[in-house]
Amino acid sequence: MASKAGDGDTLPVGVLALQGDFVDHEAALQRHGLCTRQVRTVADLNALGGLVLPGGESTTMLKLLDVDGLWEPLGAVLRSGLPVFATCAGMILLAEQVENPVQRSYALLPITVVRNGYGRQFHSGTFALNSAVLPAGTSGTFIRAPRITRVGMGCDVLASRGDDPVLVQKGPIMAACFHPELQPGSNPVVARFVAAVRKHAMLPAGGA
Amino acid sequence: MASLQTKDRSVSIPGFTAEELVSKIGFCEQLKGGVIMDVIDPEQARIAEDAGACAVMALERVPADIRKHGGVARASDPDMIASIQRTVSIPVMAKVRIGHFVEAQMLESMEVDCIDESEVLTPADDEFQIDKRSFKTPFVCGCRDLGEALRRIHEGASMIRTKGEAGTGNVVEAVRHMRTLLSQIRGLRGMDALQLEKKAVEMRVPFDLVAWVAERQKLPVPNFSAGGVATPADAALMMQLGAETVFVGSGIFKSGDPAQRAKAMVRAVAHFNDPKMLVEVSRGLGEAMVGIDINLMPAHERMAGRGV
Repeated sequence: MASKAGDGDTLPVGVLALQGDFVDHEAALQRHGLCTRQVRTVADLNALGGLVLPGGESTTMLKLLDVDGLWEPLGAVLRSGLPVFATCAGMILLAEQVENPVQRSYALLPITVVRNGYGRQFHSGTFALNSAVLPAGTSGTFIRAPRITRVGMGCDVLASRGDDPVLVQKGPIMAACFHPELQPGSNPVVARFVAAVRKHAMLPAGGA
Repeated sequence: MASLQTKDRSVSIPGFTAEELVSKIGFCEQLKGGVIMDVIDPEQARIAEDAGACAVMALERVPADIRKHGGVARASDPDMIASIQRTVSIPVMAKVRIGHFVEAQMLESMEVDCIDESEVLTPADDEFQIDKRSFKTPFVCGCRDLGEALRRIHEGASMIRTKGEAGTGNVVEAVRHMRTLLSQIRGLRGMDALQLEKKAVEMRVPFDLVAWVAERQKLPVPNFSAGGVATPADAALMMQLGAETVFVGSGIFKSGDPAQRAKAMVRAVAHFNDPKMLVEVSRGLGEAMVGIDINLMPAHERMAGRGV
């Protein structure tokens, strides 16, 4: 799949495109000046500057990752130190422990998540976030969102909704319960990931 | 008047807050690139979820059986919907009759994730559709052309599906409706303000909505496909024509091997541009549902003409 748009400074960011709001993620990254590539096959994983696991249905993504032989190759990229950004279903794929129901995951983030932990779509909406790293007034759109019920060692909480952690980071991997990619214009969460991609590209062994 | 803005979207729809619009349309964005499957009981819902469906549509009879049995088709038994909600973790949608806002109120109180105001059921109002702006639950509605799509969006639909002809196993109407919709969008390109005003009057929708589509060359909400998809190739065809997700009704549970066919549909939509993959997923699926030649079908049996 050809890469789209961007300023050419960095390698394309791969966006897992088996199912979900991958087009919204691409649009958000392009608004921040990065180029993107839809990832559907093992070949699409070559030479990426970062990787996004979008929102969607985690059960659908799990099936397709298995049947198409992507599970292991994608896992290798996720563990390679490349900047990774995951939202909603993408976060579920990375969590150490998944509940409601229990399901398999890459277990790269030491968190426990409860699927649809805030309820069905009727309870979806945009809520204020508390954060020391995001500008005051930043909000997040939660859609049938997973709820983080445990954060383990080595995992930083970057933002909360009430008492619940909703944006977490461990090393190069950042994950959100909400959907910054759906917000119009520039977004501080997307910008944080974009900065990580640009920084990674400057490393001697990173980028190209 | 609030404005609807998700990514580069911006169109004013009275009565909505921007936040509501982001979360309603945002929900529909999460379904993209997936397959939404019609199911009539928890067992079928389980098969659909295991196959990788991104949502299920709970209904009492699949369209093929509604055709066969006749009578008035209504919203489903709440017990059946609730049992499906308890069985699966993916979104559960359900259908209401066109114009039947009380059926819709009931589904909202059951916290169904999305309501389909559907021509597959017998219409309850032949003059007005539901005012979907007064609901918190997102709605999907069918269309055969751009005017119908924009009337539904103006009424508050958060996603549109082309209608096709449900329960036939024949994709020809789905193709016709998708081609018509997209060519009518292209037809707006380059029109001046007077021409767009004329179009808005013809289509019975606000000028701003027509101008938005003319400028951006797409609908302001996701555009899915339905009605007659029976094979993985049909599903990929609709995706290549421009659908963002595919609804499959009778095509799965009226086929020889529903579990296998359901899995194949999911893979076909994810890899709709990859003919080699489509060959692989289409092997050994057993019999597809028996199709109906729509040309031989009496006009009153067609469901797509329902709605205003």
